[in-house]
Amino acid sequence: MPPIDITRFHQTFFDESFEGLDVMESGLLRLDPDAPDDETINAIFRAAHSIKGGAGTFGFATVAEFTHLLETLLDQMRSGNRPVTCKDVDVLLRSVDVLRSLLTAARDGSEADTATAQMVSEELGALLAAPAATVEAPAPAQADAPVAAAPRGWRIEFIPKPELFASGNDPLRIIRELTLLGRAEVICDTDALPMLTEAMPEACYLSWRIDLHADCGRDAIADVFAWVEDECDLSIEPLDGDVAEPTVDAAAVTGTASDGGEQAPGADVDTPSTPPAQDPPAAASGKPELTVIKGGRPAVAASRPATSAERSGEGGSIRVSTEKIDALINLVGELVITQAMLQQTAQHLDPVTHEELFNGLNQLNRNTRVLQEAVMSTRMLPVEFVFSRFPRVVRDLASKLGKQVQLQTVGEKTELDKSVIERIADPLTHLVRNSLDHGIESPERRTAAGKPATGTIRLSASHQGGHIVIEVSDDGAGLDRERILSKARERGIATSDGMADEDVWQLIFEPGFSTAEQITDVSGRGVGMDVVKRNIEALSGSIEISSESGRGSRILIRLPLTLAILDGMSVRIGGEIFIVPLNNVIESLQPQAEQLKSLVNQAQVIRLRAEYVPLVRLQELFGVHDAVRDPQQGIVVVLESGGRKIAALVDELVGQQQVVIKSLESNYRRVPCVSGATILGNGQVALIIDAAEIVRQGARANAA
Amino acid sequence: MMETIEEQLEVRNGIPADEAAGPAGEFLTFRLGSEEYGVDILKVQEIRGYDTVTRIPGAPEFIKGVINLRGTIVPIVDLRLKFDLPEVVYNDFTVMIVLNVLNRVVGIVVDGVSDVIQLEAGQIRPAPEFSAAVNARNIIGLGTVDSRMLILLDIEKLVSDPNLQLVEIH
Amino acid sequence: MSRILAVDDSASMRQMVAFTLKSAGYDVAEAPDGAEALEMAKKEKFNLVLCDVNMPNMDGISLVKALRQLPDYKFTPLLMLTTEAGPEKKQEGKQAGATGWLVKPFNPEQLVTTIQRVLS
Repeated sequence: MPPIDITRFHQTFFDESFEGLDVMESGLLRLDPDAPDDETINAIFRAAHSIKGGAGTFGFATVAEFTHLLETLLDQMRSGNRPVTCKDVDVLLRSVDVLRSLLTAARDGSEADTATAQMVSEELGALLAAPAATVEAPAPAQADAPVAAAPRGWRIEFIPKPELFASGNDPLRIIRELTLLGRAEVICDTDALPMLTEAMPEACYLSWRIDLHADCGRDAIADVFAWVEDECDLSIEPLDGDVAEPTVDAAAVTGTASDGGEQAPGADVDTPSTPPAQDPPAAASGKPELTVIKGGRPAVAASRPATSAERSGEGGSIRVSTEKIDALINLVGELVITQAMLQQTAQHLDPVTHEELFNGLNQLNRNTRVLQEAVMSTRMLPVEFVFSRFPRVVRDLASKLGKQVQLQTVGEKTELDKSVIERIADPLTHLVRNSLDHGIESPERRTAAGKPATGTIRLSASHQGGHIVIEVSDDGAGLDRERILSKARERGIATSDGMADEDVWQLIFEPGFSTAEQITDVSGRGVGMDVVKRNIEALSGSIEISSESGRGSRILIRLPLTLAILDGMSVRIGGEIFIVPLNNVIESLQPQAEQLKSLVNQAQVIRLRAEYVPLVRLQELFGVHDAVRDPQQGIVVVLESGGRKIAALVDELVGQQQVVIKSLESNYRRVPCVSGATILGNGQVALIIDAAEIVRQGARANAA
Repeated sequence: MMETIEEQLEVRNGIPADEAAGPAGEFLTFRLGSEEYGVDILKVQEIRGYDTVTRIPGAPEFIKGVINLRGTIVPIVDLRLKFDLPEVVYNDFTVMIVLNVLNRVVGIVVDGVSDVIQLEAGQIRPAPEFSAAVNARNIIGLGTVDSRMLILLDIEKLVSDPNLQLVEIH
Repeated sequence: MSRILAVDDSASMRQMVAFTLKSAGYDVAEAPDGAEALEMAKKEKFNLVLCDVNMPNMDGISLVKALRQLPDYKFTPLLMLTTEAGPEKKQEGKQAGATGWLVKPFNPEQLVTTIQRVLS
């Protein structure tokens, strides 16, 4: 919209104002102080009111200020709070004269008679006989009260009364307006929502909790709610930075404090398998939504000023087909490759004589990475898309099993790739059901054990390096070591009484394992933990269990943020380059002669500290002819998957890099032991090794 | 030579199929050893010089590997190997024709492309059971232009031929 | 296109409001007082009504009350143009069923911002 030139309305304003002055004048002259006519007073008031409104709007401050006094006096008269006296009428008439001269001056751009105006205005003030403060006009525009120790943001509880809609107000508009102040985390409480049959179609049953990360004053927020302050319960409290406080599901009986601290991101950004030199774009792209905090400091997002996109409001989102996004990701991937090619080519040049080129390349490098992160982030969704189904799952199952359970969720805003989100829903559901069914005890047993009758299941998500860690934990009975061992024996799974706890817990991932005393229709049948584990591994993730008898158990799932990129180690086998997912790499070493053992079945193993790991010659697997055969001449890369390890022999390690995963199958077909392909800096295609499959095969070959 | 063909490709591929195709259509002609072949021009995406490919483990010999075609991984089939030609060399004239068939992108390696020709229905005869390297199943027919004889490949059949192992067989 | 009814007894204010909203892409009808506005509102459905408080014949409060009784205006945003002098007018307006208010004086930008928020 082009700016509106309000001077175009001036003529109309003057015309109507002079008319209004005439109305006032004749009205005042007609007014009988002994029997004032209401309609006459109203007409005079309205004329003054219009002049004031117009003067304020069209920028004639002197007129507006003066008329304000006049209007206040007239308002008192018309509301019967003030008798109409002859003196009043007299002053009012002189006020009309002053106004006329002020308006004339404003219209003609001439000098106004300010002395007379000042005098009459003082007379009006005296008539009003009120403390100067209330008369002084116009009241300065309401300024935001300075906030002592401005908080990082505000927690707003907004509980509209059912009749809110009847005033034409829309809670969503209010929330949208809040987002203009800063980033808002909005949680809608649907608990007051009655059954459909009981719901009044015109009533508002929803309420909201909004964490507004904005350094605005409380007044700025109160202003947003000004229209509905009588139609809602509203509390605005400073956010103490504890944004990671768990959302206790409304189904929960009580809320317990939770320590998000153990999930602190950054604490272990440098996981052993992540190259420290790298800054995985995916990890960075997740940052804005990092809700888990460390040491009480606000989350990264909290300090982020509202972006222009947020300021522009209007919901701020559009629907874009995933094909379009994937096309963008593809193009950016191309750009990254082109950039890498340029960088590689430039390596042969003298940095001194080509300083400008190098500067440009560095900038291109940075911008490309940032662009890649930004584009990748468009595929990211908060994990709450999955978490949101669990309150219902827990509620239904708890009542079915006669258990009391509350669900805590933490870090719902943690983002990960849409395709990963879609594929973790089932495994997570299984784990939550398992926790409820096998973990949480009955209220009686809990009470007997001195625990609160209500058990807690906690679902949390956080970013760690280029990964997301999802934790399902409960304060139930924990895993039963003896029962697992006896079940395993029953099933013919190899066990020993001296097994470490961690190894015992691993047993439940064996196919067909079930630890429930009786198979329930809740989690006992059908898919087992082995399927959960396989599904997680299919996403290049890993799963870990820890458990403490009587205290509960904890399952940690580690997943890549996206299936589109991968932290890879490039290795050379003969003349060919392959990519090994870093996720699966435990270590790499040059084996010594004494570490190598040949078994009777021709298989070779490598002794790594206390264990023997089967040696897999990747050259044989991939049919490379010119590769190193002697493990002592090459490097073995120890790969882990599903709790098993193999030592993969390669010629040399070339480097670590983040690679964009490309499908081989879109134009070709699946290749055994290859999970996909990527494009190297020189534009060549390199195949990505399917570590899980190689480990499975290697372990099988070794067992044979 | 290359340029002129690419120009023609550009022009002709811009024309909707129903207008461009006469009774029989236009064919990109190429050489495999001593024989001349043709493929439906509408299936041709582009022509590239032969470039380094990445070998695919376990693939048959005639599948040279995969290349990066602007971010897409494209398998490359050397038709000369597939058709058991006696002499297979990779030199400056060796060319990859990138085809878009059955929603897949596939590259074929040939000894060189010649031109784009228009064939009327009358110029195409059904393929006899003859001794060419190609299975008659994968041939539309034989085209004749002046004294040239073209083996017109049915590229869709060829690509989906289970023997080619390009496509997963379920 | 959203259709707005602007009600004000002041011609200059009405002009300003109408002109500004039209420039912002809205379709605007004007009425000089509550009575006329009510008649217009009964004949066609406006998406938003913006009215002054103090008007002859029928004031803004009465207009809002009357509009809220109409099935078509049950949930329609009804905004009042008030002055900072009358906090009790806001209250009265709210009780009559007004959605909110716009405090005079306001400039064209403030007007458009408010209307856009309510109508988006």
